[in-house]
Amino acid sequence: MRRRHFLTLSASTLGGVLVYSFDRKTTLLASQHKPIRIPLRFFTEKEALIVAAAAARIFPSDDSGPGAREAGVAIYIDRQLTGSYGRDRFRYTQPPFEDAPSELGYQGKQTPREIYRDGLKSLAGFDLLSPAQQDHSLQKIESSVFFRLLRQNTIEGMFCDPMHGGNANMVGWQLVGFPGPRMSNYDEIEKYYGKAFRPKPLSLAEVTGAKVRPSEDEP
Amino acid sequence: MKSLPAVDVLIIGGGWAGLLMAKELGSRTSLSIVVLERGPARETADYANAMDELDYAIRLHMMQDLSQETVTLRHDASHRAFPLRQHGSFQIGAGVGGSGEHWNAQCPRFLPDCFELLSQTTNKYGADALPADHSIRDWGITYDALEPYYTRVEKLLGVSGKAGNLKGKQIEGGNIFEGWRSEEYPTPPTKVPYFAALFRDAAKSLGYHPYTAPSATISQAYTNPDGISRGGCTYCGFCGRFGCMVGAKAQPTNLLLPIIQKRKNVVLRKGAWVRRILFDSGPKSEARGVTYVDASGKELLQPASLVFLSSWTFNNTRLLLLSRIGEPYNPVSGRGTVGTNLTHQISVPAATGFFREPLNRFMGSGSAGTLVSDFDGDVFYRRALPFLRGGYFAARAYGFQPIASFGVLPRSVKVTWGSEWKKSSISYYDRTGVITFTGEHLAYKGNFMDLDPTYKDKLGDPLLRLTLNWRDNERKMTDFAAAKAIELTRAMNAEQMDPFSGLGNYDTTRYQSTHVQGGTIMGNSPEHSVVNPHLQHWQLPNLFILGGSTFPQNASANPTPTILSFVYRTADALVDRYLKNPGPLA
Repeated sequence: MRRRHFLTLSASTLGGVLVYSFDRKTTLLASQHKPIRIPLRFFTEKEALIVAAAAARIFPSDDSGPGAREAGVAIYIDRQLTGSYGRDRFRYTQPPFEDAPSELGYQGKQTPREIYRDGLKSLAGFDLLSPAQQDHSLQKIESSVFFRLLRQNTIEGMFCDPMHGGNANMVGWQLVGFPGPRMSNYDEIEKYYGKAFRPKPLSLAEVTGAKVRPSEDEP
Repeated sequence: MKSLPAVDVLIIGGGWAGLLMAKELGSRTSLSIVVLERGPARETADYANAMDELDYAIRLHMMQDLSQETVTLRHDASHRAFPLRQHGSFQIGAGVGGSGEHWNAQCPRFLPDCFELLSQTTNKYGADALPADHSIRDWGITYDALEPYYTRVEKLLGVSGKAGNLKGKQIEGGNIFEGWRSEEYPTPPTKVPYFAALFRDAAKSLGYHPYTAPSATISQAYTNPDGISRGGCTYCGFCGRFGCMVGAKAQPTNLLLPIIQKRKNVVLRKGAWVRRILFDSGPKSEARGVTYVDASGKELLQPASLVFLSSWTFNNTRLLLLSRIGEPYNPVSGRGTVGTNLTHQISVPAATGFFREPLNRFMGSGSAGTLVSDFDGDVFYRRALPFLRGGYFAARAYGFQPIASFGVLPRSVKVTWGSEWKKSSISYYDRTGVITFTGEHLAYKGNFMDLDPTYKDKLGDPLLRLTLNWRDNERKMTDFAAAKAIELTRAMNAEQMDPFSGLGNYDTTRYQSTHVQGGTIMGNSPEHSVVNPHLQHWQLPNLFILGGSTFPQNASANPTPTILSFVYRTADALVDRYLKNPGPLA
């Protein structure tokens, strides 16, 4: 039995209002001054702090808008790793595993969970470094399978439907003007030639009113 | 092994081809029909709750479960092959409706000369115009013979478009290079998204002949000859890799399943994994039925009088090889026919343009867009060109979603993460447009399929092995297309533009298209083909093979309407001739 781990996020890193979906329900958290404790499914607290810090260097919070911290990318990745994706449920994993030309795709035996667990060991203490030191240490692993996965998963956590734990408050969608699963653009598609059309984003649950179970929650 | 009661007709695979055959034979005869589909049930009602980019477009939940079965690939017969451990250059669907549920519904016909490629090219340009190691073949049928079936398919699907060649008369605004058609499209063209309109105007200014892409995601409400009604597209942009939540996209589950479900003589068994086709050889050679593993893991024998193999290109070929039906192709001796003529399709982002104004890329549909066919087939070909045949350009508005689209940047931006990358990616996000090029992939002696000696599926059966690489013909055609696409992008007044970087070796990690052909090809003689042009097996006359596996080569255009036209033609031959007098149809 694994000890319960939490990711504690300080109010100052979070900005105003935050939506996280966890424990299979959506919770609205008005983050005032109290730190928020989010239960972790896969990472230890130490690992989650490193993932959160690294994702924040890949997709920083800066003058071009909110980033991985506000979107909850570390929480998103934590959930993905417990689900079918993290366990390679749908990948062909029969041996032999051998090195192949890059055009043949990833041939490794390691699942995403294993890649993270190993990769994070090489980043011990990362969350305590200065941003410049953090960038330097990420540059050193830029070409690794672990970094490529972390970068891809960070983008996913920025822009996924909020039911997956990332894109909290749809901050990612607002950055790029994506409205979510909008049922009809029939009246607008030939109307906004060359002009931005930016309807307010709505999540899948808000659009359909149905409870959708994300794949990471499936047994 | 338990043997089930015999049925008249057994259909392996419940996708477009198998379910159309089940609908036709189920409604036109009283034969008892069983369809074996190894995936789960699907229906339109599931799809609104599946409008989730992560689970469907990134994790690909409608696709085949590769942990159970995949293919292996090598670039050359002298190399060893590696399994495709995750989805990549093609994405094969699973479940009822197959890839016909998650397709983009682009719905073109093939050019007439594609069916007689070997003879027409040789007659016009001489045999030396063909690449030295080609294995191009005629199909054994002409476009004229197939035309009535194309028309039937377009009515079944309600295809939206504008004719460019009505009974030989060229019509501006349609594709003037297309083969003649006997009737106008059943529904008018779809709406034109901004990016497609920019491309249309630029193409016109350069003297080309742009037209609105033919689309089986329909422009307005339509009732087909079977009485099935569907509403028009809402341009929500959740098409390819998704099922359509309003049923505007033609899918086997909204067009064929409702009819099949009403027929008491048709049974659809899900979770049924066919392992072998059984047959008798000798004087009375014929298929006897199949063995399959059901959802509970039990292996069963299902006898049948008539067997249809319609389980997509790979599994059609693999089941013949596993069942030892016919002679496997040997690339050294040139003998054997099963596994020959493997082709994919050239499908590249020929030019990526970065525009000054927003494109509203989230709006669209998988088949909405503008096409230019001035370089397709034989339209532009001349002896001075360093490649044979051609393809078409497209500006499509698929409905772009942010996980897959974020971070596509001009090559001048070198960073891939951090503040500067984020800022550029946000700035370019809705100003990026891709001109795609879809080109003909010729057949070569060295591109083929056989059984892998090392890797196995979940039941211990060998995986299918692909030996596949591009040749200079495809590489040079793509370079030419990239240069043309840059001219078009410039005429669209893009701020910056990058050409495609070149084909190199066949790359399984870049999605290209789910259009793979060959393995069980049709033709006029059993020496070079597996089935006759009625898709009937040369040696086992009660075995029919449906789908892209019967195509001798790729034809630049997407294959679904052509696949369905052949299914209709075979259904007619069965009802009108075979059932009255079973035996060879050719």
